[in-house]
Amino acid sequence: MLEPINVSLESLNLITLAPMLIAIAGGLIILILDLISEKLDKSLYVMMTVLVLFIDFGAVLGLNVNERGFFDVMLIDGISIISQLMIIGGSMLFIPLALTSKRFHEYSYPEFFALFLFMVAGFQFMVATDNLILIFVGIETASLALYTLIALHNRANSYEAAVKYFTMGALAAAFFAMGSAVVYALTGSIELYKVAEVLALRLNETGLMITIFGSSILLLVAFAFKLSLFPFHTWAPDVYEGASAPLAGYMSVVPKIAAFVVSIRLFGMYIDLGVEWVRIVILVLAVLTMTLANIMALVQNDVKRMLAYSSISHAGFIVAALALDTTEGNTAIFLYYALFMFTNLGAFAMLWISRHKKRRFDARYDHPYEKFAGLIQIMPMGAVVMGLFMLSLAGVPPFSVFWGKIYVMQAAVNAGYIWLAIIMGLNSAIAAYYYLKLIVYMFLKDPVKDVDTVYYNISKPLMAIIGLATVATVTAIFYVQPLVSYLYYMISASGY
Amino acid sequence: MDNILSILVFFPAIAGLLGFVVDKESARAYGITVAAIEFFLSLWLWFSFDASNAGMQFVELIPLIPDMGISYYLGVDGISLFIILMTTLMTLIGMASMGETKNIKNMIVTLLFLEMTMVGVFVALDAILFYLFWELSLVPMLYIIGAWGGPLRIYASIKFFLYTFTGSLIMLVGMLFVAYIYHNLTGVWSFAITDWYALVLPVDYQLWLFAAFFVGFAIKVPMFPFHTWIPYAHGQAPTIGSVILAAVLLKMGTYGFIRFSLPMFPDASVMAITPIAVISIIMIIYTAMIAYAQKDMKQVIAYSSVSHMGIIMLGLFAMNAEGLSGSVFQMLSHGIVSGALFMLVGMIYERRHTKLLSEFGGLTAVMPKFAIIFGIMLMASVGLPLTFGFVGEFLVLLGFYQVSPMMTILAGTSIILGAVYMLRVMKLAFFGPLNNEENKKLKDLNARETWSLIPLVAIVIWLGVYPKPVLAPIDNSVKALLAFMDEKAITSEAKDMIRVAKTSTSTKEAK
Repeated sequence: MLEPINVSLESLNLITLAPMLIAIAGGLIILILDLISEKLDKSLYVMMTVLVLFIDFGAVLGLNVNERGFFDVMLIDGISIISQLMIIGGSMLFIPLALTSKRFHEYSYPEFFALFLFMVAGFQFMVATDNLILIFVGIETASLALYTLIALHNRANSYEAAVKYFTMGALAAAFFAMGSAVVYALTGSIELYKVAEVLALRLNETGLMITIFGSSILLLVAFAFKLSLFPFHTWAPDVYEGASAPLAGYMSVVPKIAAFVVSIRLFGMYIDLGVEWVRIVILVLAVLTMTLANIMALVQNDVKRMLAYSSISHAGFIVAALALDTTEGNTAIFLYYALFMFTNLGAFAMLWISRHKKRRFDARYDHPYEKFAGLIQIMPMGAVVMGLFMLSLAGVPPFSVFWGKIYVMQAAVNAGYIWLAIIMGLNSAIAAYYYLKLIVYMFLKDPVKDVDTVYYNISKPLMAIIGLATVATVTAIFYVQPLVSYLYYMISASGY
Repeated sequence: MDNILSILVFFPAIAGLLGFVVDKESARAYGITVAAIEFFLSLWLWFSFDASNAGMQFVELIPLIPDMGISYYLGVDGISLFIILMTTLMTLIGMASMGETKNIKNMIVTLLFLEMTMVGVFVALDAILFYLFWELSLVPMLYIIGAWGGPLRIYASIKFFLYTFTGSLIMLVGMLFVAYIYHNLTGVWSFAITDWYALVLPVDYQLWLFAAFFVGFAIKVPMFPFHTWIPYAHGQAPTIGSVILAAVLLKMGTYGFIRFSLPMFPDASVMAITPIAVISIIMIIYTAMIAYAQKDMKQVIAYSSVSHMGIIMLGLFAMNAEGLSGSVFQMLSHGIVSGALFMLVGMIYERRHTKLLSEFGGLTAVMPKFAIIFGIMLMASVGLPLTFGFVGEFLVLLGFYQVSPMMTILAGTSIILGAVYMLRVMKLAFFGPLNNEENKKLKDLNARETWSLIPLVAIVIWLGVYPKPVLAPIDNSVKALLAFMDEKAITSEAKDMIRVAKTSTSTKEAK
């Protein structure tokens, strides 16, 4: 006696799927273009990608807040919109870094750009749903594309990085699947809003707490891998080192935004249910991550590895905001990444323009500190700009990251965690040392004379991107206000 | 010009940016001209300043980030007015007296940016704006020490940066907490210091916040035991770096105590009198003894400057008008006198490329002008009556005598010890036989050097003989500050301790 299922097209609210479909269609168009003509230059693909992302951006902007669609699987709330905007915006900023003056292997394949767009679609799926299965699908789509993108950078340690990332990612995926399974077993649902309802009812049943702990810890491990939290961070520096500089910079921002959105949904739910234990674990992880990553960053000889550890430490800062589970805390996450994105983009772009095909300064590293020695004499503008990025990362006002830092710290103080704010302060002071180290090399040391100049890869588009990053870093004081009020509005509108 | 403070802050910054375009050969003249204009602007500020008004003047308020309560809020009162004047004067004179310097253009541009941040610190009335300039001032100084310093310059510059940076981050947490309390009580976010003044905090909060701000300011002052960065910074910095560091940057710490700690936490400040007085006396005596043992002329002055900062700290916590006014006055005199002494040492270093006392002796014979100016500055540093140094030191000791006669006597040894180590420098460098062959052909000060020092000599004597034009506005604002603290204090001990001058002219609304 099966009833025929009638689904009206309107109830599907397909518009909620539009942004992802645009990205996927864009990827397909790029592949088709390649079929038609093989002689197309990478610049065309880059611009196509940017244009597709532009339409995607517009489609996200047009969405209404707090809608569900596609059998209630898609969830378009405030954080899903702002995170999608940041993901797309970040991607638009990073992809033009492919337009180097020297030819790099991976960009000659149109597949690179198609995969890039599929990856963006994957991230968008991750953030635009509260269905555990769709989150999983999003994670895997994005991650598999990202592994391939890393491996395309044709080098021994890129393969190493890709395989390492893949193995770790697979492990994280397994933990996520197991965690979701336990959640399903507990509640009979994989939709987080239903899960929360059922859990709230069953919270006081005897013997159930241990299972709830179990589910939270499995999910926490999965996301600790994705967010590179201590002690699950060990893959990050190697992967960043193996990946090309633009991808490394990209990885330290965009995938983390997506993972943070899912974490807000998941762990925010646990904390709201009164499982304080989750909050404590996240706080401990946050403190350990920011401190230990900082200490590791101190002893690095390679600027890229230093930036990798520093971005882990920044992630630690932001995870602490996650544990606060206040609207301000969640706003802090997005504000921090929005501001951090530009500075980090600039710093990695500066590494990218100084990248040689062969390692000329060091047998082991691409970007040892010595490479930047005396940059002020070789390339004064470059040194000043890189110095600005370093100061911004160190949290010196009025540059962009400072405003993120102060907002996170204020959120911590407001939530009653003054000790946390003090730890953040002390960590910023430790971090200042390794950022200063690069400044010292650039401004106060003499160049290594017998190797040729470091601005090897520079081209007009790269200069434009770096210029944009510089302007955004320096003038942050003027746009923080609209940014904060928009983010705060969107986040409080979606009830976080 | 109601917005003269903004002009004062941004003029050097714009000039610094434009300075990148100026040709290398003309950079020096450009820098001196800009600094001179800045100095005249600050003189104009003084003339248009209403000395009878003890509150904030030339106030500018533009909201920057209203959601976080951060605004662009500037103002000046009698306390900050003269520190600003000293800042612009010392930048001008430091630049004018600067000898042959490599990369002079970078130096000029850096100095102009530094001037912006220094003026900014003293005019900011928004805590975040204050913090912004405070942190930003580290960067040019880092570059000055690191690029033009001695052999250990990189170590010294990083040590300088990290010490101050660490302290100020703790201070930042304190600021955020005050803002949080303010928000809890009023429902509005605000970082404006004048808004914060209205907060009456419970004593335990005051103590914690006092401690947080103390870390930030004490490292900058630098107070014992956080003073270890300063011998390196002074030892390695080029002359201009030491001049600015001693004259202005150290004053940021003591200024912070006046602007934040005293009015915001009066009860905690009163409780802190004894510990701070003990630390200050240790600073005074201990660093004076170290100064005596130095072989290097510049280190003597570096340690003597720490010792004098002890006197300033003591005066700040005397909690009466004499002590506080004396302390502010001593900031000015210390700035000018130690700045001048560093310049003098720099001049002799340029000639002989050594600062070791053992290399000199009998310099009076070959460099009479140098010896005379050095002697005057040295006497002012010791605190000889009728010099600039005496007024402040005397007032501070007079003020603190009302708190604790015993401690005042201990602190008074600063004059004796100061005389001991300074006269030793005088004896070893200027008197005695002229034995060293190399010293015999030393040239006396040239016109540029003489003319950059003469204004300082004039100021040292003028304000030593007749300090009233400067002291009166300071006194006025200080009395208003004390009256305000007295009104705000909640414990009876604090009320007893804070002595409000009965003759206070500051009937106008203060703060």
